Amino acid sequence: MRDSTGKAPGWGVTLMRNRHFVGWLQAAPLSLILIGFLILPIITIVIVSFWQATEFSIIPAFSLENYEFLFGSPVTYKVFGATFKYAFLTWAFTLSIGFTVAYYLAFHIRSQPVQIALFLICTIPFWTSNIIRMISWIPFLGRNGIANQALISWGVIDQPLEWLLYSDFSVILAFVHLYTLFMVVPIFNTMMRIDKSLLEAARDNGASGFQTLVHVIVPLTKPGIMIGTIFVLTLVMGDFITVRFMSGSQRANVGRLISNDISLLQYPSAAATAVVLLLTVLIVIGILLRFVNIRKEL
Amino acid sequence: MEPRPRSFYVLTAFFVLFVLFLYGPTLTIGVLSFQGPGGGLTFPMRGVSLNWFRELFQQQAVGDIWGAFRRSAALGMMVMVTTVVVSVMGGLAFRKRFAGSAVLFYLTITSLVIPSILVSLGVGLIFNQLGFKVHWATSGFGSQLTWTLPFGLLIMFAVFNRFDKSYEEAARDQGASSWQTLWHVVLPIIAPSLIGVALFGFTLSYDEFARTLLTAGSYNTLPLEIFGMTTNVTTPVIYALGSLTTLFSFVIIGVFLLVVWSMGRRRARLGSDAGKGV
Repeated sequence: MRDSTGKAPGWGVTLMRNRHFVGWLQAAPLSLILIGFLILPIITIVIVSFWQATEFSIIPAFSLENYEFLFGSPVTYKVFGATFKYAFLTWAFTLSIGFTVAYYLAFHIRSQPVQIALFLICTIPFWTSNIIRMISWIPFLGRNGIANQALISWGVIDQPLEWLLYSDFSVILAFVHLYTLFMVVPIFNTMMRIDKSLLEAARDNGASGFQTLVHVIVPLTKPGIMIGTIFVLTLVMGDFITVRFMSGSQRANVGRLISNDISLLQYPSAAATAVVLLLTVLIVIGILLRFVNIRKEL
Repeated sequence: MEPRPRSFYVLTAFFVLFVLFLYGPTLTIGVLSFQGPGGGLTFPMRGVSLNWFRELFQQQAVGDIWGAFRRSAALGMMVMVTTVVVSVMGGLAFRKRFAGSAVLFYLTITSLVIPSILVSLGVGLIFNQLGFKVHWATSGFGSQLTWTLPFGLLIMFAVFNRFDKSYEEAARDQGASSWQTLWHVVLPIIAPSLIGVALFGFTLSYDEFARTLLTAGSYNTLPLEIFGMTTNVTTPVIYALGSLTTLFSFVIIGVFLLVVWSMGRRRARLGSDAGKGV
């Protein structure tokens, strides 16, 4: 043992001085929970994705038919395309809004208590229910909702707009509403660690506010942007409930494909779709993680 | 102080709009839950009444929402305590850079980014195949931990990255055992962050939907119950429920923030006497 010194102590003492052993002990609860409720479920899904299903039961077998059906169906490609579309649009909106808000909080608010208060105002909705926050858009976007009533009374439109609720528009609006704070928080966190003297140096050297933003702040904020991107992309790609609720079941993404199969008790087919979705998400995250070291940025 | 640039006012306007965007819809259903008995899901208000809040207390109108609330609150407490304990232990473990820590770290990140429905489906399938019944306090509990623990652990990373090791060294130099150092030095210093972890644990569990969907069994948690209502309830009673549970969340958040704030005050008052000696 590297750590033991002098005369041989009891083996228990030696063990408790071994940093690996103590580390394992302390990490054991976390590991056990993740093995039981993350690793084993993933393994089960992979296994079941090769099984077969009838209308009444699922049959253990080794068959590729779930995957053959999945990749042979044009619906799959359409739905994956829709999923990427939602992910990209939500990312673009949450990033531009989130960056602007974080920039305002980090560089334009001079008093620290005010800064903390405004930051909390931005984060509190994260700790409330997503379902309720989705429901709360109904009185805004419905046919007789606030948006339509306001637009009609201003004379902008004669007929109520039908595409406000239960459309791609409402789905993306809800995503942006739910997930912008996943951008604000990491970007704000990185911005607060930027050494303010760098900004002074840029200004002393004659950079305009905009040049400082583009050439100093944005490059230094990249890790925060990456972490926010990871959050938003994975949340949107794995979602099924926002799309179902906000589109009134008229739009589909991969998550809904899986949940539809589940409600029809077609577990093997759901599992195969889930495996493909998981691989897609992990590849995207794998690429993003090359650009950022999460542990250093916390 | 130098004068504000023009961009400050533009950005302030942007920020105000953003806050309106965040809270506007919630406030709207808050107002609409006081809709008169004949009113519908949108404006105009047809009178003002407590009718829809009254309906919440009538079993036949809304189903078992109070049972669901009790289950969600109990589950939230279970998840909160477990998240705090396991995250602290995990955080301490990662400081030791034990063999295999990188694997466990990536596993935790996977737990965070994995689509929730996979956890739900996988845990449900395992319980099915083993012949166990899914129940919110077993399968539901474990599934929710895969969502709360990564947040808890990431907060612990942030805490320990900023932790001044000289406090521990000082304790050790004075002859404290590693247990005494942990209990009397490390934990009191990180206590406010632990309150934060607890807040995440409780609220994320209380509002969790997708991971609980296939793992809660025959007794629904509150978010599942509310989602069920969206398909068959077409009266403002759902707004009344939404307003009440959001209010409950605000109270919980307020209590946690108050505790952190008063801890900070107490510390500022009693903490250091450096520089005050004569």
